[in-house]
Amino acid sequence: MAMTATVEHADPHHLGRAVEHAGPAPKHIVTAYGFWIFLLSDIVMFSCFFAAYAVLVHQVADGPKGAEIFDLRNVAVETICLLLSSFACGMASIAADLRNRLWFYLSMTVTCVLGLAFLAMEFREFADLVSRGYGPSRSAFLTAFFSLVGCHGLHVSAGVLWLLTMMAQVFAKGFRADIMRRMTCFALFWHALDIIWVAVFSVVYLLGGAA
Amino acid sequence: MSESSGHFDERADIAPGAEEEHSLRARVLGYVVGLVLALLLTATSFFIAGTDLVWQPSIPVAIVVLAIAQMGVHLVFFLHITTGPDNTNNVLALAFGLLIVFLVVGGSIWIMGHLNQNMPPMEQIMKMQ
Repeated sequence: MAMTATVEHADPHHLGRAVEHAGPAPKHIVTAYGFWIFLLSDIVMFSCFFAAYAVLVHQVADGPKGAEIFDLRNVAVETICLLLSSFACGMASIAADLRNRLWFYLSMTVTCVLGLAFLAMEFREFADLVSRGYGPSRSAFLTAFFSLVGCHGLHVSAGVLWLLTMMAQVFAKGFRADIMRRMTCFALFWHALDIIWVAVFSVVYLLGGAA
Repeated sequence: MSESSGHFDERADIAPGAEEEHSLRARVLGYVVGLVLALLLTATSFFIAGTDLVWQPSIPVAIVVLAIAQMGVHLVFFLHITTGPDNTNNVLALAFGLLIVFLVVGGSIWIMGHLNQNMPPMEQIMKMQ
């Protein structure tokens, strides 16, 4: 009986669907939606770095061109690391929903290790470029390259810290409602970083390496 | 009463990243399909970039198209942004974000391309005269 009353309240014109909400949406929806808005604004910020890179890619100031310094094999392995870590993060979300601690810790550890492997490879690439004298101050192209790829790398570093925090919070507090909301946001963040990396390897390495 | 109205809300809206009620098997399968598609698209991108098999001017276009397709795969299978009616808010926010991204990137490339063409450095103008 209670259910019928609710449906009538939410559907006063008997349209067969809800036209009016009984109240504000549940907190986990509001939180995730707000975080989705943040992610989109983060993507807009990245688009400025992409625009700068696209404009400056040919301004090499007699320095190296993209094709001379990019190692596509390295980039392919980095991409696979991030893709697999995104998948492991999805498994961690499912494990958290099922309140399965073993699979949660396992998936989060795999996510973390793959994220760290990505960061290590990117750091090695940057260190190698700088040691050859191709640092960010060498040319406008390299400035744009380091700021775009480095900005993504900083996001991944922040994501790894957040990941470890989530593991600690689940360890200390269990799968509480607020912890689950944070876990949803973390998963969104990690998957969004993968989307940005798709743009990075396509625009910076594949297109920039051919130019 | 309040409990059931809360339940009604959950049916009407869905959080970004959240899935509708599926079995464990269906959820894992969704991520597996997404991963396989993403790996295939990535492999195609890297293959296309280094091959002589296709007409060379088509390569940048192909890479851009493959990248957009892969972002779509990530959105649908990993972030669970779909076209369902419970996802309208999420899709509208995404559409606005994409509008700004295209204005920023497209506008910058367009304007800076024209600036380069119309205002070449001094030595190039001297050569033209």
